[in-house]
Amino acid sequence: MKCRRCGGAATLELRRHNAAFCADDFVEFFRNQVREAIRRHRMFTRDERVLVAVSGGKDSLALWDVLLDEGYDTTGLYLDLGIFEYSVESRAKCEAFASRRGVPLLVRRVADEVGAPVPVIKLVTRRPPCSGCGLSKRYLMNQTALDHGLPVVATGHNLDDEAATLFGSVMHWRTEALPRQSPALASTHPKLVRRVKPLYRLSERETAAYAFLRRIDYIVDECPFAAGATSIAHKEILNRMEDASPGAKHNFLFGFLEKARPAFERAEGPALQECARCGQVTTSTVCAFCKLADQVKRASASADAPGAH
Amino acid sequence: MKVLLRNPRREVTLAGNRRVKEILRELEILPETVLVIRGDDLVTADQVVRDDETIELRPVMSGGRA
Repeated sequence: MKCRRCGGAATLELRRHNAAFCADDFVEFFRNQVREAIRRHRMFTRDERVLVAVSGGKDSLALWDVLLDEGYDTTGLYLDLGIFEYSVESRAKCEAFASRRGVPLLVRRVADEVGAPVPVIKLVTRRPPCSGCGLSKRYLMNQTALDHGLPVVATGHNLDDEAATLFGSVMHWRTEALPRQSPALASTHPKLVRRVKPLYRLSERETAAYAFLRRIDYIVDECPFAAGATSIAHKEILNRMEDASPGAKHNFLFGFLEKARPAFERAEGPALQECARCGQVTTSTVCAFCKLADQVKRASASADAPGAH
Repeated sequence: MKVLLRNPRREVTLAGNRRVKEILRELEILPETVLVIRGDDLVTADQVVRDDETIELRPVMSGGRA
């Protein structure tokens, strides 16, 4: 197999593009896709400071790597979820990357903010662990960006993540979720920062290949709570479709973004207000994050109460 | 050849020289879901892995994020 650009020996085949690339030309292809995403959706400018949410995985570290090489002013944010050895290792990967590149990394612990780490939140809420985890991450990313005066948060969501989320929304016809599915969400309130996904044009395999070829030391083992997650099941279904018809995931997501999403946009979004407790933006009197923290506090109090054991 | 797999970590031995696409088919792994790694390089589906070589099939899927 030959590289589409230089004609040398290819290292990676991209069936959806009917192309193959050598290592150097693939890295350039990857960077071009990120540049195109940033340009097309006006994600941020070179004058803005970008908060890059990093997990220690291939996607977020690949994203940070590209943005640094492109000369953007970035600060990393690692949220320690308290998921046993997985969190210890993933934090170490982020700290090592930040140290090697000489860039700032902020670290916040979910246990300090919510009152308990993700495994305890899972027990208290009796809901899938990704639920409380995702809620906490979105809240803390926004709050950290505001606290540090950063106007935008970039996350490592890739094409597979976005296609799987869209698939889940469509399967349940969550029409209220469809307008929010976008590579770039503008700030709609002074206390909501912009949220962008510069890797949305790149598949999971492409981000993994980029991280490998760039010798980025990322955590390969998956979050122990991911097994059985609905999003994983949806990804498996989409990968079978992709195998039968290369480009299926791309067409599904990009077709939605270009043709269908505008039909679900409403003239007015939901009414936003500030949480009576923490001041962050919410659609109700008290935000979901404060309610979660209350739930954890109540569960801890009842566990500590005399006769509880 | 030795084939290293993850989730869970395990090692499979296959006999003979094989093309990557045949290895993936035999192990019932979709090409879209793994990187095929030999040493410091990635290997495309048409390349042959020799009987005395070791490759890693590294899963690329992450998820569970809400």
